[in-house]
Amino acid sequence: MTSKTQIESLQRAVPVSRRGFIGGLSVGILGAAAAEAAGTESLGDVPDRGPGADLGAHSERSRFVKLDRIPEATPGKRNVEPSDAINSKTPHQKLVGNITPTDLHYERSHSGVPDIDPAQHRLLIHGLVEKPLVFSVEDLKRMPSVTRVVFIECTGNGWENWKKADPDLTVQNTHGLVSTNEWTGVPLRFLIDLVAKDKGSNWMLAEGGDGAGVDRSIPLTEEIVNEAFVAYGQNGEPLRPAHGFPMRLVMPGFEGNLNIKWLRRLKFGTAPWMTRWETARYTQLLANGKARQFQLRMETNSVITQPSGMMQIQPGYNRISGLAWSGHGKIAKVEISTDGARTWKQAQLSLPVLSKAQVRFQMDWVWDGKPTRIVSRSTDEQGNVQPDRQSFIAAMGTNALFHYNAQQTWSIDEAGRVRNVLA
Amino acid sequence: MSSRNKLFLAGILTAGMLSAPALAFDFGRPATPDEIKLWDIDVSPDGKGLPDGSGTAAQGKQIFADNCAVCHGDNGQGGIKDRLAGGQGTLASNMPVKTVGSFWPYATTLYDYIHRAMPYPTPGSLSAGETYAVTAYILSLNGIVPADGKVDKASLPKIRMPNRDGFIPEPEFDPAKLFRKK
Ligand code: HEC
Repeated sequence: MTSKTQIESLQRAVPVSRRGFIGGLSVGILGAAAAEAAGTESLGDVPDRGPGADLGAHSERSRFVKLDRIPEATPGKRNVEPSDAINSKTPHQKLVGNITPTDLHYERSHSGVPDIDPAQHRLLIHGLVEKPLVFSVEDLKRMPSVTRVVFIECTGNGWENWKKADPDLTVQNTHGLVSTNEWTGVPLRFLIDLVAKDKGSNWMLAEGGDGAGVDRSIPLTEEIVNEAFVAYGQNGEPLRPAHGFPMRLVMPGFEGNLNIKWLRRLKFGTAPWMTRWETARYTQLLANGKARQFQLRMETNSVITQPSGMMQIQPGYNRISGLAWSGHGKIAKVEISTDGARTWKQAQLSLPVLSKAQVRFQMDWVWDGKPTRIVSRSTDEQGNVQPDRQSFIAAMGTNALFHYNAQQTWSIDEAGRVRNVLA
Repeated sequence: MSSRNKLFLAGILTAGMLSAPALAFDFGRPATPDEIKLWDIDVSPDGKGLPDGSGTAAQGKQIFADNCAVCHGDNGQGGIKDRLAGGQGTLASNMPVKTVGSFWPYATTLYDYIHRAMPYPTPGSLSAGETYAVTAYILSLNGIVPADGKVDKASLPKIRMPNRDGFIPEPEFDPAKLFRKK
């Protein structure tokens, strides 16, 4: 039988024998933990098998699993009444893998979630085109389709940490405005050809059917014409209302706000419309009082999700895991520092790594029980490196509100408490 | 799916081409000019899309009190939702206040946004004249048009907003440079 003191002495031994950890000692520690468990519990305690509940039309989560988004308002305004919420954040600290469960995909809506009857929904495509056309959802479903796994990220993701780091934030609070789903729909290029767009038109207005009629001007670069699509499917089923049912624009790698939900109009023109969402909002105020505009691409980013804010870890073996993504393409590597950004080690990526999708990374770590800071840094295939906070703030100031992609640091105190810090 | 479309799909999948103009009307239906007008609500900085009609700041004061002040406060400040006036001179400070007066680069955007999205509970419920009037009123609260000022489709695009030059376009997507090379 293994006593508590034996475990503790093994844990104390960890710092000394750290070098040999992965090779030999790990077996020792894990073995000891298993032995202790064996001493206090028995397979005989596991409840007996027996017939379960009736089979249903669809399956629900186990009653033992609690997974919820958190509706929030502006930075610092958390756990608000649903009627005051402007977004709802993904619980990354409780998720595994690369794909966000559909009902936990983050949401930012500007005028609530409209209740749209797909039979009555229409998409108008007009402007500088030869043949203005009206499409129903059924029309879109009959067309050739693409299916692609992509991240969508609100440009407000990370906005809690511009000016200060509240120590009691979880990764859901700091980074819950990005998610990855598989989307299915019609390539934008196909629709452009159907209406016979004028060659002189290089800008497209996309408008939603929500109360706010959210609209954005989209430059028709080759990349965007090749990759954008009008989606009606999400993780194999029709879009959820919160994500644009019955159809939305998907713009791989670009600002979440450009992925117009409840899409009802595409109009082709020759210059941006300067809508409220590309002037008053989603522009980044710099320290000198000028604002960056049309910063449409989402940057190279990563965050450690386990362990992360408000968790508590034990000395000894810990697996560090997190998510990395870039609007520039594929993630090339993720490095992790467990000594406050002094030294870095390359993490393992879970394959396959997809362009403009989140990828899970992980690394083995033995914590010696001393206070420290852990942080991740990603590099994408174009060579863009996620900036450290200091150089990021030096370039952007602290008033930008949107497009925060500085490295996220978690501090760990002597009791193993993991907390949000600036760097 | 008709067999013609099946052939069509097979064709595009093998040839890798996503267009076949002859079959265009197999998908969707033509949009009529009248129905396009119903939905074509966007307003550009050059004033394209602005309707006929006009409104004065004085008329707008009452319309604002009846339809907007409950959320945005009397005079567009101190309400439970976005502040609409003031903040000029704060953008480079540690506490920038972004409002129509201090931050918005185009007055046309104000008409567009109020018409499409406000009042929040019943967007689009104001007439063109009423929308011009509240637009004039909000601009007057910011000292951009006089308290007895009037706006219409000719004057609105000519208004020079205080922060008109406050934006730096991202080089990759700068409208002045993009698509100009070819
Ligand atoms: C029920 C509350 C409510 C009422 C009534 C209301 N608004 Fe708003 N208004 C809002 C909310 C909420 C927002 C922010 C929406 C967002 O961020 O997407 C907003 C935003 C705005 C903005 C943009 C502010 C900015 O700087 O981005 C303007 C301008 C505006 N409202 C004008 C009006 C006018 C004019 C009326 C009356 C005709 C009106 N509102 C009535 C709730 C309201």
